[in-house]
Amino acid sequence: MPKDGGIGASTKRREDVRFLTGKGRYTDDINLQNQTYAWFVRSDIAHGTIQNIDTSDAESMDGVVKIFTSKDFEAAGGIPCGWQVTDRFGQPMQEPKHPILAEGKVRHVGDPIAVVVAETLEQARDAAEAIDIDIDELEPVLDMKAAIQDGATKVHDDLTSNLCYDWGFVEENREAVDEAIKNAHHVTTLELVNNRLCANPMEPRVAVADYSQANDEYTLYTTSQNPHVIRLLMGAFVLSIPEHKLRVVAPDVGGGFGSKIYHYAEEAFVTHASKIVGRPVKWTSTRSEAFISDAHGRDHVTKIELAMDENHKFTAVRTDTYANMGAYLSTFAPSIPTWLHGTLMAGNYTTPLVYVNVKAVFTNTVPVDAYRGAGRPEATFQLERVVDKAAREIGMDPAELRRLNFIKPDQFPYDTPVAVTYDTGNYHATLDKGLEMVDYANFDARVAESKARGKLRGLGLAHFIEACGIAPSNLVGQLGARAGLYESATVRVNATGSISVMTGSHSHGQGHETSFAQVVAEMIGIDASQVDIVHGDTSKTPMGMGTYGSRSIAVGGSAMVRATEKIINKAKKIAAHLMEASEGDIELKDGQFTVAGTDKSVAWGDVTLAAYVPHNYPLEEIEPGLEETAFYDPSNFTYPSGAYICEVEVDPDTGKVDVLGFIAADDFGNVINPMIVEGQVHGGVAQGIGQAMLENTVFDENGQLLSGSFMDYAMPRASDMPMFDVDHSCQTPCTHNPLGVKGCGEAGAIGSPPAVVNAVIDALQRGGYDVDHIDMPVSPSRVWEAMNK
Amino acid sequence: MHNFEFVKPSTVEEAVAALQSDEAQPMSGGQTLLPTMKQRLAAPEKLVSLTGIASMQGVSAVGGVLTIGGATTHATVATEAAAHYPGLAGLAAHIGDPAVRNRGTIGGSLANNDPAACYPSAALGSGATIVTNAREIAADDYFQGMFTTALEEGEIVTGVRFPIPQASNYQKFEQPASRFALTGVFVAKYADGVRVAVTGASEEGVFRWTEAEAALSANFSPDAIEGLSVSADGMIGDLHGTPAYRAHLIKVLTKRAVAAAS
Ligand SMILES: Cc1cc2nc3c(=O)[nH]c(=O)nc-3n(C[C@H](O)[C@H](O)[C@H](O)COP(=O)(O)OP(=O)(O)OC[C@H]3O[C@@H](n4cnc5c(N)ncnc54)[C@H](O)[C@@H]3O)c2cc1C
Repeated sequence: MPKDGGIGASTKRREDVRFLTGKGRYTDDINLQNQTYAWFVRSDIAHGTIQNIDTSDAESMDGVVKIFTSKDFEAAGGIPCGWQVTDRFGQPMQEPKHPILAEGKVRHVGDPIAVVVAETLEQARDAAEAIDIDIDELEPVLDMKAAIQDGATKVHDDLTSNLCYDWGFVEENREAVDEAIKNAHHVTTLELVNNRLCANPMEPRVAVADYSQANDEYTLYTTSQNPHVIRLLMGAFVLSIPEHKLRVVAPDVGGGFGSKIYHYAEEAFVTHASKIVGRPVKWTSTRSEAFISDAHGRDHVTKIELAMDENHKFTAVRTDTYANMGAYLSTFAPSIPTWLHGTLMAGNYTTPLVYVNVKAVFTNTVPVDAYRGAGRPEATFQLERVVDKAAREIGMDPAELRRLNFIKPDQFPYDTPVAVTYDTGNYHATLDKGLEMVDYANFDARVAESKARGKLRGLGLAHFIEACGIAPSNLVGQLGARAGLYESATVRVNATGSISVMTGSHSHGQGHETSFAQVVAEMIGIDASQVDIVHGDTSKTPMGMGTYGSRSIAVGGSAMVRATEKIINKAKKIAAHLMEASEGDIELKDGQFTVAGTDKSVAWGDVTLAAYVPHNYPLEEIEPGLEETAFYDPSNFTYPSGAYICEVEVDPDTGKVDVLGFIAADDFGNVINPMIVEGQVHGGVAQGIGQAMLENTVFDENGQLLSGSFMDYAMPRASDMPMFDVDHSCQTPCTHNPLGVKGCGEAGAIGSPPAVVNAVIDALQRGGYDVDHIDMPVSPSRVWEAMNK
Repeated sequence: MHNFEFVKPSTVEEAVAALQSDEAQPMSGGQTLLPTMKQRLAAPEKLVSLTGIASMQGVSAVGGVLTIGGATTHATVATEAAAHYPGLAGLAAHIGDPAVRNRGTIGGSLANNDPAACYPSAALGSGATIVTNAREIAADDYFQGMFTTALEEGEIVTGVRFPIPQASNYQKFEQPASRFALTGVFVAKYADGVRVAVTGASEEGVFRWTEAEAALSANFSPDAIEGLSVSADGMIGDLHGTPAYRAHLIKVLTKRAVAAAS
């Protein structure tokens, strides 16, 4: 097997040839004959009652094809939520209707009220400006704690309150945790905010729908991370279109980071509108629209307490979190602060008792859902911040306190008190690796060197755990998921031996076309150039659940391995026939079938040709052809972990923080393409540093988005980043999937924010400032205010 | 963006004439104007481009005065003013990004008078003269608050004359998102005194910090302003910094500008 193309090779990303030469085919590149353009009229008021929508002037304007309001969607369902959380009293969450276009009330700035479909985009915009909408303003619900007080204004009149759910986990441990904290030797308490983020993928959302009257079929091209999920949700729950009449295509997608998982109103709109107007309908989000219509991420307000005994062993963790849902429940929103968050609150530690309380709250803001890491960054941030604070309070080295409480390598598989079982890990190894990389021993000399220049240097450590490779379907079903989380693959071997793999995973920047091909090529022993990866089209791929939660190689890759194993088994039967040998003696190596102990061999291509030209073929035993499908449902999550270390310098005059160095020592289990893995970590860390230092989504007291453009929403740029020092040599392979892989897509965004903030606090405390917490983003002004409070 | 008529005259007189019609507006680099038009916040019926007017281009230094044509781009100032007025060239070199610097112009920037823009501090800090098609305006009279100037409707900034100082420097503390000045301080030392102009900080737009000017005129060293402070009253407070923070930055940046002045 040529090692430059198989498992473990840093093969260059084949998809980059088209991406970097401007030859990608994104949804906005799709223009259909006779196409019309949709422009959404969105609420500029956070909360109000719609008194009247007057479209009469607009109707008669040039180019207007039709103007839609909620009246045109009376027969349609609401946008469904894909997860039902049960509260700590055994009751289902409160679930409001999420209409395609506002019905009676607007509930956040950006809530769509009407849509103009016109011959050109400019005509649609012109007409939209002529629509007269009369809204009676209501008091906006913005503060989560105030929102769930008795008598608070309600976002949804038909719900009993603004509380979506009050979730406790593990509920049976509630009293034991209270008791442990009361009796603890030392308790460290931290109150913090996990700042609301906008995903801001480079490509905004786009949807183009085409209804064909001739065969009553719909095609939707959309910027999605999971076209089959969109087909299921929109077809079955919103528009009542049978799946065989609905094709959803997500072609090249320019980044998602979670924000393109969900089924959005605009997708349902264009699909329905295309049938009504009898022409294709296209909608392309502007950047301004993206800020108020793409689901946001994070937005937790948390109090965490960490109890320890006299030997500094952690005895209990208790957290109280308010999680902002925004105005409606986005597709996976309820699961993020619960099952993707509470289950991680044991971290890397042997803490025996954990209790997590989460109150999910409706507010008059843009809906919040998963964003790179989804729940796990929120868990990691509070835990790794409180452990750091605890170390400072008791005067212990933060690395040492962690080491003391780590689960030991010989304790795996490890049952945590928060329902999950970590299959493998070696946290001591990743921590030691990280500290070696950062040259921890000589840090004091660097502090002195900075001091000589009038700067404060600090070092921050975080050690994270995440649950990836989501997820076992039977388990998530018990937890309230309204979907399975398996993945699928069809491996289609062509007559001459080349292969097309149809995967249910979806690549929107991750490089699947390269790394997935490496796996199949390695298994068969052919060149990776002989393998093509096909994804993103429900008419081509088997039912798949898409890409998020660092699941593609762990779950999608496993499905592909299973399908390829079936291929190899069948090919061996054919080879045995061709070589007149017994099947059990056939070996496949480097693309050659051989008979053990003889010099007989047939090449891969001879066998594949025989499968499709079955002249000399065991037709009585096996079918012709060489195409197999597998669905893989994981038996557990995977648990990547790692040590992230950040070194910063603070300018005490201005509060400006410079990130000088960033180290990521990860355990991803086996690694298919090290270059791609490193790229994923770089991107994740950049987003994590972005959250920690720059990004913030802020609404004013009227519910207006203050950070609604790049003039005020600070995206991280290359110049904000240090050179990353990334390592993945510590490998404890996953024990329950065939590749031994754990997934690497979110780690960077999960592990880095606490490392950055810990470093800033370290710098300030070393400099003599009495500062033990600063909320993210640790902007210059916030740091300066904290230093001068 | 709404449709508009576009003209590109080659003389100031033609441009002034073209601007007589209703709803006509001058455009230089378009770096401010075009984004507002795309958002439909501005909808001029006619755009009069000033970039084809030869007399409004270029940088020249004669007799201790640097003259910059009103339609000269930031990139041109960054390179061509470097030998004569390094403080000003350094300022131009750090406006926006290369695309912005290759389109955006000094006239556009001064006409717009964004409270966070860089050039206003250099013009005020140098005691520059703003030259228009109709008159000459001293910088001290030109800036009249956020987005407000002494320009009349249809009046064009054709050039700017900067007296060249003995030493100068601009310190820009970037707003993290826009990279405009969260606060910026321009310090220029002349034979007859020091000028200190502050941008980004005040709700009144660019202003002179006169106490610092007096102290630095007596002793041009960072220590000279050690005992001074700026009141937070009237300073901008927003997502990126409180009034107190901006007031504090003014002093920090002034000291740094003095230390770096060349
Ligand atoms: C991404 C980005 C980053 C930026 N960063 C900075 C920064 O860091 N610092 C900074 O200072 N600026 C910054 N800017 C603004 C930039 O410097 C613009 O070039 C400047 O504000 C306007 O110049 P312009 O030539 O593009 O003007 P235009 O956009 O063409 O015009 C602006 C306004 O001035 C009027 N006008 C134009 N020329 C004249 C004239 N000669 N006489 C009279 N009126 C005129 C126009 O009618 C319009 O009202 C940034 C802009 C962008 C897009």
